[in-house]
Amino acid sequence: MKLKKNIAISETGFVFDPNSGDSYSLNSIGKEILELVKLGKSKSDISFHILNKYDADEFTFERNYDDFIDMLKHHKILENE
Amino acid sequence: MTKLRYERPIISKINAGVPDKFGMKTSVETLNQIDTVPVKDILEQYGSPVFVVSEPTIRKTYEEATSAFTSRYPKVQFAWSYKTNYIDAVCRAFHKLGSWAEVVSGFEYQKALNNGVSGNEIIFNGPDKSDEDLKLAIENLSLIHIDHFDELYTILKLAETTDKRPKVAIRVNMNTGIYPQWDRFGFNYENGEAWQALNRLMYSEKVDVVGLHTHIGTYITTPNAYSVAISKLAELATSLKKKFNHAIQYIDIGGGFASKNTLKGAYLPGKDTCPTFDAYADAITGALMSANFAPNELPTLIIESGRALIDDAGYLLGTVLANKRLADGRRSTILDIGVNNLFTSFWYEHEVLPVETTTQQTEDTTLYGPLCMNIDVVRAAVQFPLLQKGDKVAIRRVGAYNMTQWMQFITFRPNVIMIDEEHNTHIIRKAETNATFEAQEVIPEYLKS
Ligand SMILES: Cc1ncc(COP(=O)(O)O)c(C=O)c1O
Repeated sequence: MKLKKNIAISETGFVFDPNSGDSYSLNSIGKEILELVKLGKSKSDISFHILNKYDADEFTFERNYDDFIDMLKHHKILENE
Repeated sequence: MTKLRYERPIISKINAGVPDKFGMKTSVETLNQIDTVPVKDILEQYGSPVFVVSEPTIRKTYEEATSAFTSRYPKVQFAWSYKTNYIDAVCRAFHKLGSWAEVVSGFEYQKALNNGVSGNEIIFNGPDKSDEDLKLAIENLSLIHIDHFDELYTILKLAETTDKRPKVAIRVNMNTGIYPQWDRFGFNYENGEAWQALNRLMYSEKVDVVGLHTHIGTYITTPNAYSVAISKLAELATSLKKKFNHAIQYIDIGGGFASKNTLKGAYLPGKDTCPTFDAYADAITGALMSANFAPNELPTLIIESGRALIDDAGYLLGTVLANKRLADGRRSTILDIGVNNLFTSFWYEHEVLPVETTTQQTEDTTLYGPLCMNIDVVRAAVQFPLLQKGDKVAIRRVGAYNMTQWMQFITFRPNVIMIDEEHNTHIIRKAETNATFEAQEVIPEYLKS
């Protein structure tokens, strides 16, 4: 899973894709995850990190994480492997 | 270490320069109690989904409506339009406040009698009254509003067989500038049919022509249409006075006042566009006062308002069943509330609110019901917070027409409860069960083995 080249993530959670010219907004947990993805962290690393920090159960997070990743692919922010 | 509050991760595309149809995002509104009763407790006790009717809201709305009229006109009578919500407890709440009953079938007529309404305070409207219905209504001195000539002649015939004089009015349809014109009910004003019907009744000398009735349509947002309607009915009344020296006792202006719900496709929310009771009352009583009635022969004004009196008092509570992504990436949320229960979602953009939320984040969402049908859409596009499976939702302003037009499809109709003035809850219609259906169905012997 790889972020597309040149994708910019701002401090406040804005995402700009220079390839398409589209911009997006993230909530703060979305921003946190996207930054971890950018660092090349795996799903289980990210899950471990989030569940330690936030009050969420494993299944709920997995469900939401997969959905989030699907949306990143849908918006072509992630490369399709 | 205490953990931080979790919110699901979300990314949404920014459509610069294209303001959303729903305007700028505002903070997420929640609805966690009704008349101080926690919504969560109601769902726990009575199951999901569940309809809730607030009696305090019925009273408040009724008082607002009646005082708008009684402060402007001396003789006012409301008649509760049964079809809008004929659960007995709801009808009785209106009767307790002083409402008569307005019914349109033998079924509703019986309900009104069972609810303790005396015969002469029942208005019998509609095109479908059987001879048996009419006989009973004549015996009870109910106010029979004649819809067509076939009914008129049936009544004249029945009048020969009883010593009671039927109390009748005619329903009049007319052009009030409202589209569509409801010309399928009653006798037309402009082409002279209404006047012809009145003449036939007066010459018969067998019935008492006690009133004139119209119902110009529903969700009427232009109060002036009612002024036009009153003027035309007053014109008929004046003609009766001139030709027969006969004074009618009442003018029944029907219902049709808008509720604060938003119609599909409307640009502004209904709560901003819905005229006040004062605006309707001004238009109606103003026209009555300027008509040619002698001061001692002012007719009583009867009002059959339905949705405007009950919509706000009704809530539908339910639960999120699942979240899904549609093929185009849009989020969809499946609720246990569908068009089977929320029939009015076919014409309203209902306000669906989370019962509680831990987030201000919303996403463009389609809200579906649980039925296996494509038309089962509660909201096609709404900015909705990120709820999870099991989270609770509340839908506002569902008091009118849902608890009568709901469909039994795939699953049961749910409990309906009422919150009383002391904020106690009561079941007023029990949820259906398999036994409900077994009681109605009959299996032929040959299919039994
Ligand atoms: C004769 C009559 N009166 C009253 C009503 C109540 O109308 P509303 O709910 O629009 O006030 C109706 C509704 O169709 C009606 O047909």
